[in-house]
Amino acid sequence: MPTTSKYNKPATRRKLSLWEKLYLFEIVRGLLTTFKHLFRPKFTRQYPEERWDPPASFRGRPVLVLEENGVERCVACGLCSRVCPPLAIEVRASETELLKERYPVVFEINMLRCIFCGFCEEVFPEEAIVMSKDYELAFTDPSQGIYGKDRLLTPKAQLKDRLDFLAKMRN
Amino acid sequence: MIIEALIKIAVVLLVVLTAVSYTVLLERWVCAWVQDRIGPNRVGPLGLFQPLADTLKLLLKEDIQPLMAQAWFHWLAPVISITVAFTVLAVVPFGHTLAIGEHIIPLTIASNINIGVLFLVAMTSVGVYGITLAGWSSGSKYSLLGGLRSSAQMISYELTLGLGLLSVIMLSGTLDLNGIIDSQVNGLWNIVRAPIGFLLFLVSSFAETNRQPFDLPEAEPELVGGYHTEYSSMKFALFFLSEYANIITASAVMTVLFLGGWHVPFVDTLGLSPLVMTIVGVVAFTLKVVGFLFMFIWVRWSIPRFRYDQLMNLGWKVLLPLGIANIILTALEKMYLMH
Repeated sequence: MPTTSKYNKPATRRKLSLWEKLYLFEIVRGLLTTFKHLFRPKFTRQYPEERWDPPASFRGRPVLVLEENGVERCVACGLCSRVCPPLAIEVRASETELLKERYPVVFEINMLRCIFCGFCEEVFPEEAIVMSKDYELAFTDPSQGIYGKDRLLTPKAQLKDRLDFLAKMRN
Repeated sequence: MIIEALIKIAVVLLVVLTAVSYTVLLERWVCAWVQDRIGPNRVGPLGLFQPLADTLKLLLKEDIQPLMAQAWFHWLAPVISITVAFTVLAVVPFGHTLAIGEHIIPLTIASNINIGVLFLVAMTSVGVYGITLAGWSSGSKYSLLGGLRSSAQMISYELTLGLGLLSVIMLSGTLDLNGIIDSQVNGLWNIVRAPIGFLLFLVSSFAETNRQPFDLPEAEPELVGGYHTEYSSMKFALFFLSEYANIITASAVMTVLFLGGWHVPFVDTLGLSPLVMTIVGVVAFTLKVVGFLFMFIWVRWSIPRFRYDQLMNLGWKVLLPLGIANIILTALEKMYLMH
């Protein structure tokens, strides 16, 4: 004989009062509830007109930080491409006369592969690659999904929110 | 006489077909508002051209007939459904009379029919055939289940519908819809004289039109859509159309039977001209019907679906005895209060 414990008790049903059994009044109560909702403020966001502004912690499309002097921060160490779980990043390095000595000739992120994990951002100590707030990533052709340097470089001023957030979280 | 009838048919068909597509829009709006959403608002101003877009989309779809389907009946089923839905409107009075000079036109398509109620009940019964045939001829188990459910449900609730109707017939003493309105114009509206009858008729109307909470024939989570699972394109649209046309018909019938049709209380004391009176009547009728339509939709988005045994219990063990008791009550009312 099965034992009755707290977890396999047979389902008990609450006794309904006569008022509830009549059902009709409960229906009216339900109808009034939905009627009230007709006049509530709506939750829908009218998307193309009203856009969502994500918080600083949002992980959108990864971008390269462009310093004020017009040079990218990236030194083409290849750590991001190494850590990237879906192998979405390709970096080809070359030398430069600048202080940082190295820079990426080619820096491509395949947005068809990117899983927005943010490892690339995390692995690099100087915040050369960070997650932006851009979430509108639709394209009509797979070849458009590969973002080169031209589309990845973003001025530092635009990424201030994220950089501040990262600085705060580092400590 | 024939030309007159043809004009009336054309006008009614045009108005009702438009009304049907806009009922669908209203349904989507009310659904959205109840769920704190906005609803369709993109096509045209306020989304008012949405029905047009919907129709166009359905017309452009491929018409698929399943391999196992009984071709002829599969084609016939939606035709029966839509025909029945619109035929009932032939006896519904939309207004009193329209006088053009000496010529007096009654605002009913078949105005000289003196057994309107009987015609109405008969035609709604035929409506079951459309759905049952659709379920059977599709050659799919889900469709068949939907068809079976709907025939059981509609036959069960037709009894209650009839009993609710009977109280109205007893009070008015006539089967003529115009006569029923006249008796309400001279006395009180039937919703006051026979509230239980109204309730019975209302509940069974929901069941007859396959609306929530009685939409078991098309319970999506259980039957993938029910009797119209295997239908596509305009054939599906015809079922859709007939469902909403049925709702409009049921609203119109309830307006006539219980809310005095085109009658507005106290308006005849204002001494308006006959033409204005006719317009007021038609507008009043339309508003009452729209009110019922809203209620149909409102109930749909408020009350969850019944279980099948609950549905049968309600029909046979609650509503049927109540209907019979109501007949006795109405008889007593007629004997002691109205004389």
